[in-house]
Amino acid sequence: MRHAQIKELVVLSGKGGTGKTSVTASFAMLAKKAVVADCDVDAADLHLVLSPEVQERHCFFSGNEAEIRFNDCTGCGKCHTLCRFDAIYRTENNRFQVDPVACEGCGVCVRFCPAKAINFPERHSGHWMISQARSGPMVHAQLEPAAENSGKLVTTVRERAWELAVDRRIPLIVSDGPPGIGCPVIASLSGVSLALIVTEPTVSGLHDLQRVLALTRHFSVPTIVCVNKWDINPQQTERIEAVSRAAGAQVAGRIRYDRGVTQAQLQQITAVELGCAAAADIRKVWQQITRLL
Amino acid sequence: MGVQAKRQAPRIAVASGKGGTGKTTIALNLAAMFGEPVQLADCDVEEPNLNLFLQYEQLDSQPVIMLVPEIRADHCTGCGACSEICRFNGLVSLGASKPLLFPELCHGCGGCALVCPSEAISERPLQIGTINSGHSNEIRLIEGRLDVGVSLVPPVIRAVTDQLFSDIPAILDAPPGTSCPAVATLREADYVVLVADPTPFSLHDLKLAVAMVRELGLPCGVIINRAGEDLIGLSRYCQDEGLPVLMSLPDDRQIAEVVSKGQLVAACLPEYGLLFKQLGDRVRTELQKHGGRP
Amino acid sequence: MNLIAFSTAGTELNDELDPRFGRARGFLLYDLTLQQIRLLENEQSRNAAQGAGIHAAEAIVKAGVDTLVTGHCGPKAFRVLNAAGVQVYNCPVITLQEALQALQSGTLEAATAADVEGHW
Repeated sequence: MRHAQIKELVVLSGKGGTGKTSVTASFAMLAKKAVVADCDVDAADLHLVLSPEVQERHCFFSGNEAEIRFNDCTGCGKCHTLCRFDAIYRTENNRFQVDPVACEGCGVCVRFCPAKAINFPERHSGHWMISQARSGPMVHAQLEPAAENSGKLVTTVRERAWELAVDRRIPLIVSDGPPGIGCPVIASLSGVSLALIVTEPTVSGLHDLQRVLALTRHFSVPTIVCVNKWDINPQQTERIEAVSRAAGAQVAGRIRYDRGVTQAQLQQITAVELGCAAAADIRKVWQQITRLL
Repeated sequence: MGVQAKRQAPRIAVASGKGGTGKTTIALNLAAMFGEPVQLADCDVEEPNLNLFLQYEQLDSQPVIMLVPEIRADHCTGCGACSEICRFNGLVSLGASKPLLFPELCHGCGGCALVCPSEAISERPLQIGTINSGHSNEIRLIEGRLDVGVSLVPPVIRAVTDQLFSDIPAILDAPPGTSCPAVATLREADYVVLVADPTPFSLHDLKLAVAMVRELGLPCGVIINRAGEDLIGLSRYCQDEGLPVLMSLPDDRQIAEVVSKGQLVAACLPEYGLLFKQLGDRVRTELQKHGGRP
Repeated sequence: MNLIAFSTAGTELNDELDPRFGRARGFLLYDLTLQQIRLLENEQSRNAAQGAGIHAAEAIVKAGVDTLVTGHCGPKAFRVLNAAGVQVYNCPVITLQEALQALQSGTLEAATAADVEGHW
């Protein structure tokens, strides 16, 4: 299967908690043949409803971290003076230690320590897995708490998903994107065929949508928008849809507020499998997507 | 970690593993009903939303600046030492001529300037975001806003907390998740309020958040939002983990509608206003327990 | 035109072009004069959390490459390559042999700018 024949859909939200992951999970089940990529690596939830059986598990390393060797530290404090990230502190016995949470991995202290007392190993930042889920092949990951989220793990997940798609001749990748507009989102966007933004009919939902739209426009990614729980505020829903269209994004449909979605989560299945009210709305959005892809 | 200067007034972070649990709503209404002058810091700099809910008078807007390298061509010998020390591909040396700079990748570590043997590198300011501050009744709002397209988040968060006065209590609205933006916020706090709702996704992410808070050595409590039938054992988890449940906000559609319109729950629904006032008292009690001053 | 780099996951001219540059699996360097192949791996660039394209560009410049054939090249990478005088050609995903032929017959157009937005 050639690279160019594979399509990738990424589902974003800007604001967290709009229902992006629940909707993506349903899409994964509706797609006839798709590789699922969970790019929401900081607090990944997709696996809770797709029940993947892990087949491969890999350590993920990103950047480096400074470690001062206690016995070799002379207490000169040069590292403390040079560190711009407040990551080096003085201990009771007047030696120095690195706070791994604050350490940015810049290597300045390592380079300038007169006693060469600082190690600089690669930082173990999480894991990524290849699994077989109810929807088919799935690539997912988990960042360690306090790890830096540069987008590199997202890139790793996507690359593996692409490899699987090519190897197993699967023409579609459905990707659960990260919230926000930072590096991880940017890493999930490059080269995708279509971005769906799932938002909610609130002032925050509109505000955050606009920031994500600016991002997808900047990266020239075709974008569609869908308001979830639309009936909480129909007026705001209409406002959001108008803003989306004005920004050049199509409106992909609306999904109603439905406690059935949580019910499905509790049963560890997707909304479309439960067949709750919102499932019909999700199917309609999916139909739009297949037409566009 | 390490030695932190004791502040006069406490800082309370409102965080969660999962986005959309109601952090902003909680932070906002807690501040509104705090009963004394309070600072409200929007550390969710990728998507700052607090300002949408407050009628406030904007007092000040300042750029967030990061120092990035600038090369003096007449001093540069093309040795490439700057490019070599940079871990972030912020400088590229191609030999004889002066290096190419990529300030958008720079982390501001200053290594290149330190290592240059010819004093060819100085530093210039680069804007990566904005800090807006304003007043709404007794709330002093400080909002951090990351410029769209900028990759580095923690410096903007640090710029927000740098603006806080040390003698007035502060509530920090943290970004979602447990990676470095959330951690950069929590490092500035004395106490963490974790917000969760009784869904499987939320409980799963709450556990990650608790791990993060414990790694930082901070005391914390939990708020259950959209509380209803607890079919996933959220309360039991809190009990087992010794996490005090500071407040339970019911799954009331009225609350959702008020929030969707950008209004204050405490103002529109007085019965909940009382709950938020009690939350403030509860938080003060918890702070006293853990050695902070209320 | 003397030393041409092709972004690829493969090891010979029958293999396909890798459409990415910065995070390509590696590069096949083809010496036109000697008609010889050398492989350049791209592990360090791929491992970079950011600026992979910059790092890859630096690597091929240091290897003495004067021509690059790849799928897409972002603005940061393009800036480095341009500064170093490396001519960039964008090419669809075909075999390296086909790409080489297209290059030599003048079918491939020389890029004057990055053809995609950058990303991390």
